[in-house]
Amino acid sequence: MGLEEEAGGSAKILPPTEQELSAELDTKLQKYLRGEGADLEALKDKKLKGQLFVREKLYGNSAKAAAKFEKWLMPSEGGYLEAEGVEKTWRIKQDQLTREVDILSSRNQYDIVLKDLGPYTLDFTPSGRYMATAGRKGHVAIVDMKSMELIREMQVKETVRDIVFLHNESFFAVAQKKYPYIYNRDGIELHCLKEHGAVSRLQFLKNHFLLASINKFGQLRYQDVTTGEMIGNFRTGLGRTETMQINPYNGVVAVGHSAGTVSMWKPTSAAPLVKMLCHHGPISALAFHPNGHLMASCGREKKIKIWDLRKFEVVQTIPGHHAKTLDFSQKGLLAAGTGSYAQVLGDFSGTQNYSRYMGHSIAKGYQIGKVSFRPYEDVLVMGHSMGWSSILIPGSGEPNFDTWVANPFETSEQRREKEIHSLLDKLPPETIMLDPSKIGTLRPYKKREKPTKEEIEAEKEAAVESVKDIALKKKTKGRNKTSKRVMKRKVLIDKAKKPFLEKQMLEEGKVAGKKRNLGEETELPASLKRFVRKKAAV
Amino acid sequence: MKVKVISRSTDEFTRERSQDLQRVFRNFDPKLRPQEKAVEYVRALNAAKLEKIFARPFIGAMDGHIDAISCMAKNPNFLKGIFSGSMDGDIRLWDIASRKTVCQFPGHQGAVRGLTASTDGSTLISCGTDCTVRIWSVPVAATLESDHASNKPIEANAVYVGKNAYWAVDHQWGGDLFATTGARVEIWNHNRSQPVNTFEWGTDTVISVRFNPGEPNLLATSASDRSIALYDLRMSTPARKLIMQTRTNSIAWNPMEPLNFTTANEDCSCYSYDARKLDEAKCVHKDHVSAVQEIYNLVYPYFSMDIDYSPTGREFVTGSYDRTVRIFPYNGGHSREIYHTKRMQRVFCVKFSSDASYIISGSDDTNLRLWKAKASEQMGVLLPREQKKHEYQEAVKNRYKHLPEVKRIVRHRHLPRPIYKAKELRRMVIDAEKKKEERRKAHSTPGSIVTESVRKRRIIREVE
Repeated sequence: MGLEEEAGGSAKILPPTEQELSAELDTKLQKYLRGEGADLEALKDKKLKGQLFVREKLYGNSAKAAAKFEKWLMPSEGGYLEAEGVEKTWRIKQDQLTREVDILSSRNQYDIVLKDLGPYTLDFTPSGRYMATAGRKGHVAIVDMKSMELIREMQVKETVRDIVFLHNESFFAVAQKKYPYIYNRDGIELHCLKEHGAVSRLQFLKNHFLLASINKFGQLRYQDVTTGEMIGNFRTGLGRTETMQINPYNGVVAVGHSAGTVSMWKPTSAAPLVKMLCHHGPISALAFHPNGHLMASCGREKKIKIWDLRKFEVVQTIPGHHAKTLDFSQKGLLAAGTGSYAQVLGDFSGTQNYSRYMGHSIAKGYQIGKVSFRPYEDVLVMGHSMGWSSILIPGSGEPNFDTWVANPFETSEQRREKEIHSLLDKLPPETIMLDPSKIGTLRPYKKREKPTKEEIEAEKEAAVESVKDIALKKKTKGRNKTSKRVMKRKVLIDKAKKPFLEKQMLEEGKVAGKKRNLGEETELPASLKRFVRKKAAV
Repeated sequence: MKVKVISRSTDEFTRERSQDLQRVFRNFDPKLRPQEKAVEYVRALNAAKLEKIFARPFIGAMDGHIDAISCMAKNPNFLKGIFSGSMDGDIRLWDIASRKTVCQFPGHQGAVRGLTASTDGSTLISCGTDCTVRIWSVPVAATLESDHASNKPIEANAVYVGKNAYWAVDHQWGGDLFATTGARVEIWNHNRSQPVNTFEWGTDTVISVRFNPGEPNLLATSASDRSIALYDLRMSTPARKLIMQTRTNSIAWNPMEPLNFTTANEDCSCYSYDARKLDEAKCVHKDHVSAVQEIYNLVYPYFSMDIDYSPTGREFVTGSYDRTVRIFPYNGGHSREIYHTKRMQRVFCVKFSSDASYIISGSDDTNLRLWKAKASEQMGVLLPREQKKHEYQEAVKNRYKHLPEVKRIVRHRHLPRPIYKAKELRRMVIDAEKKKEERRKAHSTPGSIVTESVRKRRIIREVE
């Protein structure tokens, strides 16, 4: 063997265990490198090239160190479910799982039956420890999922359409009949958000501290919960909306309309970023994969489509499901809730081909309103018309959490510190964009061209829109006549349009002047020529 | 069927006793941190703003002299002390921590032109316009008890009288020779009353001298015939000379790369040279300005008067006739920092303290001023957590400092009005000249007009 090695030349021969490791390390390295290195050959500046070369080497070293230490820092592997022999994973029922797992995990399988208070919707804090549930008839509860302890329960005596946690479990927002309200962990009402009006869905952007709300008619509003300022108020303009989801990768809000279109919005522009025609019928559910590239949408024509958001193309169509709710887990499993049956699909070959993984049907007659995977746990919680149920889905949660990102075992001191740090790192609303990797890069230098007609029109429309939202002071003592108000509005709109019209006139004047110089003298008869002004009156 | 589900027992993930530290678990996966780049950018912006908030470089002024300060010397063995000599012959030793005079060395009749301390810190050598070189012994005990031993006058150990006024003095590193300059360069020994060796090249006064820290027998001098000369003590003839277009006021050797030296020139720039290759400057440092006097349309260049390197060898400080002190990186063309005060007039000498944290400037208004080398640095003992936080802020700011928002904040300095105006005028003049040159080139046969590189432009020739 030794002689063969010598004859083999100068190739490095590693023991087999180390060989496998280096292949594994390579895949892990890619994860930590976060993309390709910079192309330094294109640089002409030698000093800068040298400095950047050193920096790129440092990045490589830190990625290698992170890949190497993964095996000590992250010892636990995720959950899994493997069928043996003729068994199929989607035929395995929850009670079969109960027998196989430990007691602590089997405590996560339960049904909570609350018959009177309406279909339940729910939301988790990012660490997965606390859950907020709300029944349609006004029942609001905060539950600690680790100890199954009811932290606070209250009856708001109004229809509740949605509930969402703010940055931690101390604050939550409830979309009630007329306005959304913000409550404290103790159930004390802190704020009544009157500007939002009657909303149907609420979502919270936790890096930006923005509360997004949408109502039936498609009015999208963004409010900064730290300062209370309304950042954006947009008419989506595409018809009735029923669903709204946030893409956690870039903070973009996707709204599903009744015509089958999905539009994506950011708080700093009045026009949507993207408008996609997804389905033939109204969109009934939307969900985003945590990596930001995949979106699952379900339409009323009973098809679930998986979209690639980089190319805006369908990757896969899964027929036969009319899912009222969709959710992706941290590991990429897709849960779809249809009637009283919840289906979990998984992508096991790595080729973005979702196939059946597990399923669960709750008692007939119960309608699933919302499915939500619990972060950092292998648990799926379904809110339905008679309460909520929790089932085990092995392999759905991320096994290793980072204490500085989301800590399921947080103490109150850690919670306070985290709140302060996240406020210090609060992102301004301008950082929301379709491709968040553009931040920190330089825009390529473009020569400024004259804005096209469409751009000028768009600018004019935007100016008029912003003017229309100004609230006029209500006058008293008989001065508040309708005709006067209408006149005032008209004046404001004309003022907003004025600069654009002036520019237009200037352009036309220039063009007309050129034309005039060429052929004006031919228009008038000779006897009247001496009355023509040489210079145009200004 | 094989099943495994995530189950975390509370004991493994929380601490055992309340005296223990909390347990921390890390997962560096980028998937868990969406929008990490935006967060980093916001942190860089905040770090730049905080740095500006905490930028208070001026610590204090040491007053006591009654005439302009002409020269300063560091004591290589004692960090807290600095010697200063003024135009009326008064030499003082200061304690920087308390900003008070420890003792005085009276004796010179005229202006003190040069001060230097020997390498072991026990002897101080001064020379002046009264044609004398005086040797003093530095009181060690007195420097320690600086509280009550102030203003005690000390007698000189020895006084050597020469024929001409002396302009500068410097001590050999690690040896016991020192060099004085005036009409010619003279090498002395502590005990001899006559110079051991003399070098003469040309007939003009030699105005500054510096020994090389790495090579004790090599020294550089500059003369008022616009030349820089390198001498080797082991040879009896001078080694090399470089003639420039304008006069060099001061030279400093880089303590970490002893083959390189930087000269402060009268055309408002500093030139760094490699001593082996003098035909081309390694780097041109360009930020001091020329203030324009509108009368008679003359431009009076205001130039660097003194230059000193930091012990790290990575940056140097210059003090200028335009009332500012600037800090330059050793390889960069523009100053990283500028310090100025309304009360500080023409800066005649600057020194970088031996721990690279402070800058001491001596100026025309009879005060020595103490500044921080890094304006927003927190002085004193830092906890390791504080230290790490400062390092992180610095690193994240440097990662994004080329982007416009952050660059605008990092670059911003308040300049006194005459300097601001002078800078704008200088830029206009340089741009106009450049444009003219380009047009001339464009309208003449290609290759007939050759632009000389900036590094060579100011050098006339090199002489062996």
